[in-house]
Amino acid sequence: MARMKFLCDADRCIECNACVTACKNEHEVPWGINRRRVVTLNDGKPGERSISMACMHCTDAPCAAVCPVNCFYTTADAVVLHSKDLCIGCGYCFYACPFGAPQYPKVGNFGSRGKMDKCTFCAGGPEADNSKEEYEKYGANRLAEGKLPLCAEMCSTKSLLAGDGDVIAQIYKERVAKRGYGSGAWGWQTAYRETIAT
Amino acid sequence: MAEVFAQMRLIAAVLALAFVVATAMPAAAQQPNSVNPTAAAVKEQQLLQQFKTIKGLGTIPDTKSYVLEHPGGREWREYRTVTLKWIGGIAILGILALLTIYYLWHGSMRIEAGRSGRKLLRFSVFERFVHWLTGVAFVILGLTGLNITFGRSLILPWMGASTFSEWTEWGKFAHNYISFAFTVGVVLMFFMWVARNLPTSADIEWFMKGGGMFGGEEPPAHKFNGGEKLIFWISMLGGGAVAVTGYILLFPFYGTDITTMELAQVVHSTVALLYVAAMFVHFYMGTIGVEGAFEAMADGTVDVNWAKERHLLWYEEEKQLGAAPSEAMRQPAE
Repeated sequence: MARMKFLCDADRCIECNACVTACKNEHEVPWGINRRRVVTLNDGKPGERSISMACMHCTDAPCAAVCPVNCFYTTADAVVLHSKDLCIGCGYCFYACPFGAPQYPKVGNFGSRGKMDKCTFCAGGPEADNSKEEYEKYGANRLAEGKLPLCAEMCSTKSLLAGDGDVIAQIYKERVAKRGYGSGAWGWQTAYRETIAT
Repeated sequence: MAEVFAQMRLIAAVLALAFVVATAMPAAAQQPNSVNPTAAAVKEQQLLQQFKTIKGLGTIPDTKSYVLEHPGGREWREYRTVTLKWIGGIAILGILALLTIYYLWHGSMRIEAGRSGRKLLRFSVFERFVHWLTGVAFVILGLTGLNITFGRSLILPWMGASTFSEWTEWGKFAHNYISFAFTVGVVLMFFMWVARNLPTSADIEWFMKGGGMFGGEEPPAHKFNGGEKLIFWISMLGGGAVAVTGYILLFPFYGTDITTMELAQVVHSTVALLYVAAMFVHFYMGTIGVEGAFEAMADGTVDVNWAKERHLLWYEEEKQLGAAPSEAMRQPAE
């Protein structure tokens, strides 16, 4: 099986936020929740870079390790998913996540955050593939339809790559070799304990 | 006419396109080939070395999301999944083991002179109410808190995923709301008992002699002996610390950032586990550890002989105030 990964080529990202919009629309993500977002570093200064970030589907995922009710699981494609039926909305996964991926429907006090929501790599949840229940809780399951995550598919500059880690690493390597520069695979060292040698 | 206009538009479009291409070409040709667009680009490794958290700017209202990367979460994870379990496990099991060994070796502290049959009021209704308000809240908070730390490894396997999840969610709500009762209890307890819990010279003697727990007479004590004062101050400082950090956790990201939230959780869980361990000593002393002690918090009275042996100075104070039964009443009524 493929080991699914995200890679944002920061030298291509133009901060258009199409990935964010595509994600929100595809999964009908409620107001206030952002499974994906674009963060701009050194905004307005020389060397400014924008990076589209969501759940990186880490190897040995920290969210899964700290969850008090063990609601996370990893699919055969190494996509990190969770069960909203088991989630108690404690917020611990947000403390552990290096990428700020977990989102909560309520900003409420007294621990009433509601069930956690995060990027599913367009792979749904534990319910039957593409069932109504799965769609309502987790959004579309494009992987089950043989499609890749919509954010990357929609990316206007093909900055955001999603798919088999080896394949997207190879694409990135070729790009860097051809254009002669590359600011690296953001988050890879933290998420996968490896980076792309260019 | 319409056709003429359409043709004119087409010609205009072609001219415009030609103009754009013509003006753009020289500009592109002027670009030197040696420019490295990433020469000044931000580098992930460099940022991670400089700051523990990489933060930028975003376009959505949620400012938490402007944190791009926070590898510090890994340290918190290590703390929660490994370090905390060791601290809590050693503290709680260690205290339980020590208490068991002590009980087997020493047994209960008996009322040496036997029961006199005469009772002395030790705790008023209000004192007992505050004690049990805090105590019951503490037990619920303790059990639901321990469940968050140890439940996944100890209870989940036999309870099953969905039942455990349901119970833990109820536990979370109980933990969040009962915290208010606990805080009220701690505050009332502080004002109610602080004057009698200030350290005195009698406490030094009490501790020097081990409180009579390891043989010998129990040194005379006021209403609270050295050990009880220690429990009081552990409850006040521990209770204060878990309350403050607990409210930070209860109102997530209100003036706090991810690092503060993690720190609050670390302090909250560590202090709470040590607090629970310390309270096992209190539970022991208040029940099987000391004969005649539990009734002080049940109906509020203690036996006069218990008062003389455990809290001689307090007994004498009470006698002077006329609260204690006088010597003349010593003869049993027959």
